[in-house]
Amino acid sequence: MFDLNGKNVLITGASGGIGGAIAKALHAAGATVALSGTRVAPLEALAAELGDRAHVLPCNLSDAEAVTALPKQAADAMGSVDILVNNAGITRDNIFMRMSDDEWSSVLDVNLTSTMRLCKGVIRGMMKSRWGRIVNISSVVGATGNPGQANYAASKAGVVGMSKSIAYEVASRGITVNCVAPGFITTAMTDKLTDDQKAGILTQVPAGRMGNADEIAAAVLYLSSQEAAYVTGTTLHVNGGMAML
Amino acid sequence: MSDVADRVRKIVVEHLGVEEDKVTETASFIDDLGADSLDTVELVMAFEEEFGIEIPDDAAETIQTFGDAVKFINGAQ
Repeated sequence: MFDLNGKNVLITGASGGIGGAIAKALHAAGATVALSGTRVAPLEALAAELGDRAHVLPCNLSDAEAVTALPKQAADAMGSVDILVNNAGITRDNIFMRMSDDEWSSVLDVNLTSTMRLCKGVIRGMMKSRWGRIVNISSVVGATGNPGQANYAASKAGVVGMSKSIAYEVASRGITVNCVAPGFITTAMTDKLTDDQKAGILTQVPAGRMGNADEIAAAVLYLSSQEAAYVTGTTLHVNGGMAML
Repeated sequence: MSDVADRVRKIVVEHLGVEEDKVTETASFIDDLGADSLDTVELVMAFEEEFGIEIPDDAAETIQTFGDAVKFINGAQ
């Protein structure tokens, strides 16, 4: 339904479950994709699976210089960056009273500051071409909070506030900035949960199941499309009704 | 000198949609020519492209008027 032929996409965290699904969905819609992430092997494997129109750009998002260089590398590889998907994120959970400065700042650096740097790096080209899509992956936790995740929740709420502010500034230039906030999604991270933990989580989810990565990718595909041109500054919650915001 | 001024004036006229005679030496992009802050960023981007120069952010902030722009570009070339 959505056509991204001729569009060039930079996706961070493409080596993960959700990032990989996003890359596949946008690629299937015709886009050229630059896959970024820290682990090269899964990125290469994904690029091989996609075939044409796929580039691998490894990047450590806790390295400020590498992050600043990434949008340029992507533009060099593809000709432009028309769509940016900031999907990469890390967790370093701890109860707040025990949370160290390092646990706090490493999560904020990767989840919020690197997102800011990448937005900054792509927006110039988008302004010139009078077209752009930025989709930042937030989390239900950014809206509801979660015990043990003060750092993660702050970073994901921060992404929402930042996205809205950027959306204001660039709306008149044909650029939209939106967030997708996943709930509990089946990934390598949630595979580690015990059955009891999963059952506990599912009591909070009206849909009665965990989401899958393709359901996040579909939301990102919509917000990346021409059809979503009038949608900006919003957060699309994809959480099976867990939080109706 | 006049060549630079003409090229800068052309960019300003096109980008901001103002009359050419309004673009005087002391005309402020924001106060006199109706630019918003994003327009000033775009003007600087357009100057960079037209003249093949880099205008760092701190220098860009000092370019408030048509005369400022012409002076900066003459100095940078």
